[in-house]
Amino acid sequence: MIYDWLYNLTGSEMIAIGIQSLLPLYLFILPFALVAVLLERKVAAHMQDRLGPMRVGYHGLLQTIADILKLLQKEDTVAADIDKKFFDLSPLLVFAGSYAAFAAIPFSGAFMGSNIDLGIIYIIAVTGLVVAGILMGGWASNNKYSLLGAMRAAAQIISFEIPTLLIVITVIMITGTMNLYTMSEWQTGYFWNWLIMGGPDLGITKILFIPLMVISFLIIFLSTLAEVNRTPFDIPEAESEIVAGYHTEYSGMKFAMFFLAEYANMFAVSAIVSALFFGGYQSPFGYLGNLLEISWLIPIEQFFWFTAKGVFFVLVQMWLRWTLPRFRVDQLMSFCWKYLIPISFVILLLVGLITVL
Amino acid sequence: MTVYDIIFYLFAAVTLISAFFVVTNRNIVHSAFFLLFTFFGVAGIYVMLGADFIAIVQLIVYVGGILILLLFGVMLTNKIVNVEIKTGTIHALPASIVLGLFAGAIGAAVLNTNWKIVESPDPVPTTAAIGRMLINEYALVFELLGILLLIALIGAASMARR
Repeated sequence: MIYDWLYNLTGSEMIAIGIQSLLPLYLFILPFALVAVLLERKVAAHMQDRLGPMRVGYHGLLQTIADILKLLQKEDTVAADIDKKFFDLSPLLVFAGSYAAFAAIPFSGAFMGSNIDLGIIYIIAVTGLVVAGILMGGWASNNKYSLLGAMRAAAQIISFEIPTLLIVITVIMITGTMNLYTMSEWQTGYFWNWLIMGGPDLGITKILFIPLMVISFLIIFLSTLAEVNRTPFDIPEAESEIVAGYHTEYSGMKFAMFFLAEYANMFAVSAIVSALFFGGYQSPFGYLGNLLEISWLIPIEQFFWFTAKGVFFVLVQMWLRWTLPRFRVDQLMSFCWKYLIPISFVILLLVGLITVL
Repeated sequence: MTVYDIIFYLFAAVTLISAFFVVTNRNIVHSAFFLLFTFFGVAGIYVMLGADFIAIVQLIVYVGGILILLLFGVMLTNKIVNVEIKTGTIHALPASIVLGLFAGAIGAAVLNTNWKIVESPDPVPTTAAIGRMLINEYALVFELLGILLLIALIGAASMARR
């Protein structure tokens, strides 16, 4: 584990914890956001038969850096009658909530912010901070659009938390652990040991699990998509109805915080989906490090596979964004309460029966 | 003072200061937002005590559920329907007498108790143990609580339909 190495290097518990907790931010989220923002624009452009940003750098590669420089210089416009204290606090809270989730995500066998027993449940719990932060921002902006957007976001996130939790409970019932690290280790080996292929235990249960797990994966993917407010579930930020939702009044770096939180969230939910159903950081075809007998290569390979799976699901999210139109509010709610939740309950019952048998 | 002491005092300070603001703030929405930090601080203290499961449930139930519901209620009544929600001081004298008596009783209890001081063991994951207890020893209570919650849910739904 990297923590032990850091502890030996610095000799102080506090410094080791400090560095450990900042690693995902500087080594992962910030570079990821840089790439993902550009990627989103490029994907969008190519899906609409355009070229996208082309001027800055080769094929617009440096566009995001230019944008960040622009955001840093921007004036922080603040409307007159806002609630200053909470207005400033809200982006921090939203980002803190989405960054807190990264503490329990296993990036590779060697690095995990905190190997807590309740990993996946903890991630769902800290999402509550994001909801509170969004409500705070929407309310403090003193703007009808912001308040409406915040209300929509909160209603949507807490509704879609229910199918997410139900599927997570199903997975916990199968794996017998809530720790994402143990869960990933459980799905070790080749890709047919992944939970979406029925898990590593051979036998009749494996065949019975496959269809159930495919449906579970679809449900959790859709509901986490709704939790991060992405199209087709982006009614909290629907431009044509409520300008930009809860971050209408934000500008400059505060807006950038919301933006960063959104991209961090996108990766976090993709990582959760891949950790639950696609073996987490496990390689689908075995490791090169095992083949060549170089043990330090394995964690690096694991990190590569983890990032690859995460980025793949982020790409699917972008693909959906530029393919599907937006849901209406009532359609969204009935989709969650009348379809996703009953189906997840049925899956929970069936998996319970199968695991008992 | 170790790292854990510093973290404990940090969480304790967050809890107490935000709780103070919850009570004294004039704006009810502000109070509700400060309550968020109180809940968060309490969850932190649970973690320090080694009760990881309770800490997470505290976050899920109080921050993710009750607080959001509370904020919804407060915001919808306060900002959209223009209902004035009064926050002020009434019955100052009887309230302070009762408060004084209560604080005195609590303080006396804290000071006079012969506290046992035990070396705190390393925290272990509690989830599996709690699960076993709920299903084996406290199965009846657990089921009854489930039924109670179900009744509350159905009651709320039928009231909302009216």
